[in-house]
Amino acid sequence: MTARTVAPRGTGSPRTAFFQFTREHRSLSIILAWVVIGLALPAIVLLPPLSTFQNQVVWVDGFALSGVYILLALGLNIVVGFAGLLDLGYAAFFAIGSYTFAFAASPQAITHLNIPFWPMLVVGALVAALFGILLGAPTLRLRGDYLAIVTLGFGEIVPAIFLNADAYTKGTNGIGGIPQPQLPCVGSVCVHFTFLDPFPFYVTMLGILAVVMILIYRLQDSRLGRAWMAIREDELAAASSGINTITTKLLAFALGASTAGFAGVFSASKLGNVTPDQFQFAVSFTILAMVVLGGMGNIWGVVIGAFTLYTIQSVLLKELNQFFQGQHVPILQNIDFVQYQYLLYGLALVGMMLLRPEGLFPSNRRRRELHQEAAEDTELAPPTQEIGDS
Amino acid sequence: MTNQSDTALSDTAQPDLILVAERVTKRFGGLVAVRDVDLSIPRGAIVSVIGPNGAGKTTFFNVIVGISEPTAGDVSIGGRRMIGSPVRAWVEPFTWFIPAVVLALLATAASYAGLEFFALLGTVLALIALMTMLLAAIVRPLWYMRILGRLGIFRSARPNEMVAAGIGRTFQNIRLFANMTVRENVLVGMHLKLKANLVDAFLSTPRSHAEEASAEKRAEEMLALVGLKGRGDGLAKNLPYGDQRRLEVARALASEPSLLLLDEPTSGMNPNETAEMMGLIRKLRQELGISVLLIEHDMGVVMGISDQVTVLDHGEKIAEGTPEVVRANPKVIEAYLGKPAT
Repeated sequence: MTARTVAPRGTGSPRTAFFQFTREHRSLSIILAWVVIGLALPAIVLLPPLSTFQNQVVWVDGFALSGVYILLALGLNIVVGFAGLLDLGYAAFFAIGSYTFAFAASPQAITHLNIPFWPMLVVGALVAALFGILLGAPTLRLRGDYLAIVTLGFGEIVPAIFLNADAYTKGTNGIGGIPQPQLPCVGSVCVHFTFLDPFPFYVTMLGILAVVMILIYRLQDSRLGRAWMAIREDELAAASSGINTITTKLLAFALGASTAGFAGVFSASKLGNVTPDQFQFAVSFTILAMVVLGGMGNIWGVVIGAFTLYTIQSVLLKELNQFFQGQHVPILQNIDFVQYQYLLYGLALVGMMLLRPEGLFPSNRRRRELHQEAAEDTELAPPTQEIGDS
Repeated sequence: MTNQSDTALSDTAQPDLILVAERVTKRFGGLVAVRDVDLSIPRGAIVSVIGPNGAGKTTFFNVIVGISEPTAGDVSIGGRRMIGSPVRAWVEPFTWFIPAVVLALLATAASYAGLEFFALLGTVLALIALMTMLLAAIVRPLWYMRILGRLGIFRSARPNEMVAAGIGRTFQNIRLFANMTVRENVLVGMHLKLKANLVDAFLSTPRSHAEEASAEKRAEEMLALVGLKGRGDGLAKNLPYGDQRRLEVARALASEPSLLLLDEPTSGMNPNETAEMMGLIRKLRQELGISVLLIEHDMGVVMGISDQVTVLDHGEKIAEGTPEVVRANPKVIEAYLGKPAT
């Protein structure tokens, strides 16, 4: 056996102690992690190579928006990673969340409602969940490729409706004037959400991410999470174990969609407008690429995957342009890397599937599925319970 | 007869019969895989269905666990009809639309009466009612099934509803959740016995923690019962073949069935493992008092253990009775060995 199994549990290295702490106090660890990340990111971008790219405010603005994609990836991970239902039209729920908030809050929408951001965060999630169920219901009997094609269809239908229902949605122009969140002043301390100051959005996004992640972790460990896993492994055996596969799959669609609803409401408020072209197929594809890159089923892996891809897309490709233009390299200086982002994603996906199909940070389970030789389980085994058995 | 759905049951509804299959027929196009097969399983008995390859055993099995709908015939569990041809199915769509239509009419009336608010409310409620009923028709929750029962509508149960009715099963070609641990496999089997809901999961309530802890303890007991004590942390797919079969039994037992259906539990096993499996089945009946239905093609395996044997050949029942009676039946000998050359 390897040396790893010999090391006594709990008392060993700081690494072991760290993992044990995160396992025992997971919600607390997640909050602490986001506090640390939240403080570290704005500080890191002040350091030399990064600070030369763009100034801190632009960076933080990007981080707040990358949070939208992290949320989307977390939600898609419920559907694809946990329940194993390949959804290629996930941007539809993002669109529904965004438009829900636009209709509820924008003075330019025909509804002329003026509902504030905070309750709509929940309502948007609920509306998206409802549509998750509606769009999920027809797909229940489908699997694999067929499911992917139907969801692909839904992903095209929803933006098409928003595009063509001119009278209500103003078509390609979309709905503008979406208000920003507002908070009452506490004493003399006031927080203003404006386009110029990304920090309140940034902090709000961190909060949403922490809460959503805690909830998703709890879901994963619950009876429902186990049922999702069972369905992914073998649907017939799951049904024969008493799992109502229909309810369970619908719940995966609903909960995945509600996460996208959160993201939609936040993004509508952050950007101030919604247009149908924000929800093209490319968005669904990008989110799926994020989930695959990070490692399906692994919550932190998905977060890192989404953050990495978003940062590459929004910052590094532009920097690459700048860099090569400065270098006077014959061909590279004429390439607009931003234009080639999907080519790069494609290459990344091909490379991933060939070299590391389980993603950069796979869940233990996925790694086992994709590598038959199954390395020793690195997780600490829970103490074996002694049962007084004859 | 207290329950309306009992009316379709045969007049011989004896309380000591746990499962009654009557005149089950399954047709695939022109091929009749199972024809008019009757089977009744007394409570606490070990009953076997045997037959040569292609006799329709597994088709019959799939019908009684709710995977495939029979062309004709009924299956009842504990006196309640679970599977069979639908009754008054045409009424069901009305239940989806009537609440919505009523609400929509009320809304229309309200709008004529000038009650703007109630008209709007009625319209919204009508939409909600329609969606709720359509969703209920897909998900089939308990209250919906109760409404169907009130209206005298009968629809065959789904596999998970058969599990809820007390049927546990294993598969001929092992279908474990390969990448889950042994313990998790058993915990999935306990799904119906656990009550934690979405709110419990989100809030991580003490109730759900207590439930999970006791479920893990129960899972450990189940594993000990089938002889997999202390193996809970390994992956299901890393178990040896014989142990995988045991794990399937443990998973089926986790739903606390009153009847365990085993589809060729000894296929691919060596004689030693086969003997162990038969010992386990006997033990289950003794210790848990559950009934067992065995499907086998190897006659020798089941003879020593069964109280009653049914023999299928070409989809039809050719013999039934105690092992001794069946063994001596010339039709059975013919089915297995062929016609003697006379």
